[in-house]
Amino acid sequence: MKIKNIFTYCFISSLFLFSLICIWKILVTLQGIELINFNFNKLFTFGIVLCTINLLIGKKFNLNIKIILLALLFSIFDYFISTNLPIWYSFGIFLISLFFFNNIKNYDKNFLSKNHSSQKLFFNFLTLFGITLFSFVILFPFYMMLVTSFKTQALLLLNPLDFSINFAQGLPELFKSYFIVFKDYNFGRYMLTSTIVSLGTVIITLIFAIPAAYAVARLNFFGKNFLSTSILIIYLFPAIVLVIPLYTIFSQLGLRNSIEGLLIVYTATTLPVAIYMLQGYFKSIPKELEEAGIIDGQNWLGIIFKIILPLSLPAISSVALYVFMIAWNEFLFSLMFLDRPNTFTLSRAIQFLNVGAETPRQYLMAGSVVVTLPILIIFVYFEKYLVSGLTAGSVKG
Amino acid sequence: MSSKLAKIEKRTAYLLILPSVFLVFSIILFPIFSNIWISFKNVELKDLRIPEPRAKKLVKSINDNLNQIKVIYKLRNSSLTQEITNVKFKDKYSDNIEPISLNNKCQFKSNLLKCELGNWPKKYRENLEIVFKSTNNQEISKKELKSYKPKLSGKSQNILLTYEFTLNNFKKVIKDKAFIDLLSTTFYYTFFGTIGAIVFGILAAQMVNQKFFGRTFMRSVLLFPYVAPVVALAYTWELLLDPTSGTLNNLLINYQIIDGPINLLGQKYVTLNILGFDVKLRLALTTVIIFEIWRYFPLAFLFILARLQAVPKELYEAADVDGANPIQKFLNITLPQILAVISILFMIRFIWNFNKFEDIFLLTGGASGTRTLPINVYQQGFSIGDIGMGSAVSIVIVVFLLIFMFIYFKLLGKRADEN
Repeated sequence: MKIKNIFTYCFISSLFLFSLICIWKILVTLQGIELINFNFNKLFTFGIVLCTINLLIGKKFNLNIKIILLALLFSIFDYFISTNLPIWYSFGIFLISLFFFNNIKNYDKNFLSKNHSSQKLFFNFLTLFGITLFSFVILFPFYMMLVTSFKTQALLLLNPLDFSINFAQGLPELFKSYFIVFKDYNFGRYMLTSTIVSLGTVIITLIFAIPAAYAVARLNFFGKNFLSTSILIIYLFPAIVLVIPLYTIFSQLGLRNSIEGLLIVYTATTLPVAIYMLQGYFKSIPKELEEAGIIDGQNWLGIIFKIILPLSLPAISSVALYVFMIAWNEFLFSLMFLDRPNTFTLSRAIQFLNVGAETPRQYLMAGSVVVTLPILIIFVYFEKYLVSGLTAGSVKG
Repeated sequence: MSSKLAKIEKRTAYLLILPSVFLVFSIILFPIFSNIWISFKNVELKDLRIPEPRAKKLVKSINDNLNQIKVIYKLRNSSLTQEITNVKFKDKYSDNIEPISLNNKCQFKSNLLKCELGNWPKKYRENLEIVFKSTNNQEISKKELKSYKPKLSGKSQNILLTYEFTLNNFKKVIKDKAFIDLLSTTFYYTFFGTIGAIVFGILAAQMVNQKFFGRTFMRSVLLFPYVAPVVALAYTWELLLDPTSGTLNNLLINYQIIDGPINLLGQKYVTLNILGFDVKLRLALTTVIIFEIWRYFPLAFLFILARLQAVPKELYEAADVDGANPIQKFLNITLPQILAVISILFMIRFIWNFNKFEDIFLLTGGASGTRTLPINVYQQGFSIGDIGMGSAVSIVIVVFLLIFMFIYFKLLGKRADEN
């Protein structure tokens, strides 16, 4: 029993250490440093040795000194088996091993003799490993997008693995792609269009949705149940089945290539979810408040503006942010409806850049950063509201 | 009294919902029905332009005679395929001029020139020449004459509004040899995309449900792929996976994991040797599915995390007392608790992945075995230009969608009964 636990402990923890080191090494390789192997055998064996030492020492002396010593040992070992690597690489290794040994410092013989300790160990490491791996896999494309926009096509083709940014070249040179994207490719205009379309969609959707949601939540009328179920059904119909009829109708009415046309379609497609989300919230507002309003002689307009709206600001912000996100990111309709560059939205403009001529990739990525950054900033800043919007509206995606 | 109040309430309610209902009806429901109409018609992209009678006005002076002027209208039918009937022509003139002679089609009355030009066949062209003279012997201003624009009107048959129907579109869709392949690709993509997103969603939710440093930040990061615009992400992935200068291939070659670059988005099949068996894997499709999972697992994660946080802590404490191990805890406590959420999630994601267009379109454009039904709608309708065919394919999608929705609402109803 005990032997098995010690064995799994050594094996799993060393594997975890190794995979952390691997991610670090990949990042180092991407700085243009030549590093062609992970040294799996040596590092893994040495990891097992160090883990066993950690176990043997246990809590016999100061834990902080123990982890620093072990981490130092590991980084010195790594320094000797790899050649010609800069000092900051080894420092990174030191920090990672410090983090690792800090995590396993409390394990000793007593812990391993407990029930299920090997499974607990396994899951602890799985969580740690999962967090590192998930962050790496998710953030890597974003990192690549950002870095590519600061480089040049020639440098990227010369060594695709060199992601290092040359800060010595000065800011104007560094942000050159952004200047070009805004100046030569007219991204300022597209950004304005996207902003107008998204904000316009938010405002019109709210103007339409708030009264409708109030009616569905509070008032009694014939066909109410039918309406509230059909909201959900309509919501499930995807854009792709609407696109051909809308295209034919809009071409004949001359609404293609116009911001108005886009606004109408975006509003109509986001309305069902906005009504659905808002009516749920309105139902949770105590009815007594409205009754008090009626006694004070308010009509429905007064009730909505003076009682419902101030109380449901959080829900309205969630809806607004969610609708903004959908409109900002929307691609299919803008692809179908817009084919003149003076009406392009950002998404459509980037697609046009990619399809059109051989656009150097740093411009493409600079454009991508321009379209991604605003929405990510809004997301991080208003996370609480947007997450509740996403949860409620995420039947669609 | 109360019935009067109820009446007012009803009227207010209709007033409040009417704008939304009208908008949704005209932009969502009406198109779905007109899809059925179009799918039974033989319409092409070029037929969508409504034929217009057009006239170009030229003003010419005549041999130094300043009191006379010649106006030429170059008339044509803008359509190359359709006839325009009953064309009417109208143009305004300045005071004090009148035509010298007019043909019987035209009339000149109170400064207005009106003509009945009859029917114009397709590609029709004609020149209409009229000589005007000044009535008060003054020079005619060419500039002023040019400033008036002629107005034309005519009736043309709108191909979308005729009563000619055909079954050919549906016959073509179903008889197409690639149709089975199309369906299987769509289901393969939908099924594995959905399952993958849910599995990774569960893993991520389990992780974030534990306490660690930077947990709220981690939750935001996990949602990044879903929040960011698909265009930017798809192109970044395209660069990442590029066979010659892409980061992934170069990394793998650098570490000597593969010998040569793999075209992950452009290669239809790859043969893998698993336990001595050669397995043919659809490479490009798998890559697209991985992108799909990467982009949509955050949603599953969000749902499952919300449910996990509502699981009572006492259940786990009781399990600890009973001496259950982590796997038993997951299988016997966590999984039953989140099962309902997972089934709903599966249905919704299934419906949405089934209709997913942007991701595949931007990554591969439907090439190398990644053509799904939504991509086919676009290709038929806009690349080939056969609107009727595109419509027929979207009707196929709607039929599947209705079946899925039926199952989904059955499931939802059953769950409501259980509660």
